[in-house]
Amino acid sequence: MSRRTKLPAWADIGLIPLINVLLAFLSAGVVVALIGESPLEAVQVLIRGAFGYDEGVGYTLYYTTNFIFTGLAVAVAFHAGLFNIGGEGQAYIGGLGVGLICLALDHLLPWWALLPLAIIAGSLFGAAWAFIPGYLQAYRGSHVVITTIMFNFIASALMVYLLVNVLIQPGSMSPETRAIAPESTLPLMHEIFEFLGIKITQTPLNLSIFVALLACLFVWVLIWKTRWGYAIRMIGFNESAAVYSGINPKRMVVIAMMISGSLAGLVAINEVMGAQERVGLDFVSGAGFTGIAVALMGRNHPLGIIIASLLFGALFQGGAELAFEFSTITRDLVVVIQGLVILFCGALAYMMRGPLERLFAALSRSNQEEG
Amino acid sequence: MIRVVLKTLALSVAVASASTQAADLNPAVVFDMGGKFDKSFNQSVYNGMERFKEESGVNYREFEVTNASQREQAIRRFAQRGANPIISVGFAQAAAVDKVAGEFPDARITLIDMVVDKPNVQSVVFNEHEGSFLVGMLAAMKSETGTVSFVGGMDIPLIRKFECGYAQGAQYVNKDINIIRNMTGSTPSAWNDPAKGAELAVSQFDRGSDVVYAAAGGTGVGVYQAAADSGKYAIGVDSNQNYLQPGTMLTSMVKRVDVAAYNSLKAMQDGTWQAGFQALGLAQGGVDWALDEHNEALITEEMKSAVEAAKKAIIAGDIKVHDYMSDNSCPALD
Repeated sequence: MSRRTKLPAWADIGLIPLINVLLAFLSAGVVVALIGESPLEAVQVLIRGAFGYDEGVGYTLYYTTNFIFTGLAVAVAFHAGLFNIGGEGQAYIGGLGVGLICLALDHLLPWWALLPLAIIAGSLFGAAWAFIPGYLQAYRGSHVVITTIMFNFIASALMVYLLVNVLIQPGSMSPETRAIAPESTLPLMHEIFEFLGIKITQTPLNLSIFVALLACLFVWVLIWKTRWGYAIRMIGFNESAAVYSGINPKRMVVIAMMISGSLAGLVAINEVMGAQERVGLDFVSGAGFTGIAVALMGRNHPLGIIIASLLFGALFQGGAELAFEFSTITRDLVVVIQGLVILFCGALAYMMRGPLERLFAALSRSNQEEG
Repeated sequence: MIRVVLKTLALSVAVASASTQAADLNPAVVFDMGGKFDKSFNQSVYNGMERFKEESGVNYREFEVTNASQREQAIRRFAQRGANPIISVGFAQAAAVDKVAGEFPDARITLIDMVVDKPNVQSVVFNEHEGSFLVGMLAAMKSETGTVSFVGGMDIPLIRKFECGYAQGAQYVNKDINIIRNMTGSTPSAWNDPAKGAELAVSQFDRGSDVVYAAAGGTGVGVYQAAADSGKYAIGVDSNQNYLQPGTMLTSMVKRVDVAAYNSLKAMQDGTWQAGFQALGLAQGGVDWALDEHNEALITEEMKSAVEAAKKAIIAGDIKVHDYMSDNSCPALD
C-alpha cells in the first residue's frame, strides 16, 4: 500500500491486470496443448461461448451479477483491512432473508413492490451473519479470517436443516422451498426485451444486474465520499492513526463487516428472486469465494470489480462451453484456467510491476533526452 | 415463442432427415455435481453409458455440471442439438428437466432418481428403502453387540429414505436393536469426504456398533477402511463395493442406475422407448443386496435364507417397507 507509484495510473490499473490475464491465458494454452487440443481453437470457443451470441452473453452477465455483489463485499472489508472470506455464508443466509420475505408476501405484492423489501431483508440477514465475526474480531480478537470461514459451514448447516425440516415444500422430495409466485419474481431479461419488441433467448439473466450496478455506485460513494468510508479506509491504512483522528476502530470494524455482509447477501436477489425463483441447497455455488479473486483483480475499486466480474463471468460461461465442445476438456480443466487467472492476477499481481517500472523509466528518460 | 417454435421445427426436420440415414439415436448425458468419477452414483451411470457404447459402437456426448444454473443450460443445449435421449442424472435436475421438456416437445429425456410428469420424460426412481431393508436385516443378524450404525452423506430426504429402510430391516430381525446414525456434513463435499467418514465410523464403533452402512457416495470409502482397520463390518452402497475391503464388507446395497441408463439407450435404439414413470424395486431388479466371492464367507446359510425370504415377502407385498419420501417421516426411528 505504501509503495511509491512510479507508473502512470492507467498502466497501474489497466495495463498490469491486462498483462497478467494474458500470461494466465498463455499458461492455460500450454495446458490445453498438453492434452492435445488446439489452444487457439479453445480460446475461440471460449470467447464465442461467452460473448458470441445472445444466450452466451446472457449467462455471462448472469454470473457477472453474482460476482459484482461478492466482489464488492470483499472489497469493502478489504478497505478496512479485513479479509472477509465469509461471503459464501453471508450470501446463503441472505437468501434465507430474501426467500422468507418473498414467500410471505408473494401473493400480495408484485415484484416491483417486493424488490425493495427483498433487498432490505437480504442485506439485513447478510449483515447479521457478518456481524458476529465482526464483533468477535473487534472486541474479542478472534481473527476474522478464521471466524468467517467457520461461519460458512455454520450457515450451510443451518440452511440444510431449515430446508430439509422446515421450509421444504410438503410432499416434495428435494430439499427446496416452493417456487415464488411468478408475478413476484424479478423479470428475466428476455421478458423485458420481449416487452420492448426484441426477441432474445431465455437465460437466467434478470433485472438484478441493475441492482448490482447501483450497488457499485453505492460502494464508490460510501468509500470515497462519506465519513464512514473515510473511517473505513483510515483503519485499513493505520489503526493507531485512526484512533488519533477520533475514529473508534472497533465500532468501524463491526460496521465494515456488516456492510460487507449485506452486499454479499444481495447475491440472493439474483439467485433466489431472479434466476431460481426458490431457495435451494447451495444456491451460492462458490460465488462468495470467486468474489475474493474478483476484488483482488479489481483492486477493490467498483469499476475494477465490474471488469473483473465480467472476466470471471465470461470464464464461467465460456468454460462451460469448452466442456460442451471438447470431449477431452472436462470441467476440471476449466477450474485450472480459472485458477491460473487467480494466480496471475492475485498472487502474482506485482510480478510484472518491476519490469514495467523500469520500462517506463527508460521510456521517460529517452523522451527527456529527445526533448 | 416464435423462436422456440422455429427451433423445434428446424430440429424436427434435422431429426427426420437424420433418421432416414441411421437409427434415431444420439445419446447425451448430464452428470450432476458429484462428477462422473464419484465411485458411486454418477459413475454407475457412466458405466451404463460405456457399456452401451461398447456394445453398439454409438458414441455419446456428456456434460458435468458445476453449479445449479448449468443444469438447465446443459439439458437445453443438448435438446437444441438434437440429442436423443438425454440422460439426466440425479434428483436435483428435476426442475431443469421440467422446463426444458416443455420447451422441446420432441426431445426425449430420461430422468434418474426423480419424477417429472411430462409426455416426453421418462422418470426412473428406485425403491432404495427395499434394498436397505435387506441389508439392515443382514446387519442385525451379523451384529453381536446389538448395535448397528449408519453413515449418511447430506441430511436430505433421499438419504433418510436409505436410513429409514435400513432401520426397519434391522428392527425386523431384532426389535430392540440400537441404531446409531450420523450424517457426514451439510455441504456437497459431504459426498466425497473419506476422512470424515472414517472418523464417524470409528466413533460409532466406540459406542458399540459392529456393523456400519454407508450411504454417502465417495465418503463411504473411508467408512469401509475404518471398518477393516477396526475389524468391524461395513455395508456398501449404489455399486457392488464388496471388492473394496474383502473380508469385512458384509454386503452392498446395489442400486442399478447403470441399468436404468443402459435400458433407456437400448430402448431408444430398438424403438421401444416410452415416456412415463418407472419405480425399480426388488421386483424389477433395480435394487438388491450383493453376494459374491468377496463376502460369501461372511454370510451364513441361515442369513441368506432369511433375507431371501424377506425379499420374496416384500415383492409379494407381505412385508410393507415404509418409504420415508412418501410422507417425509420415519415411524421406525421416531
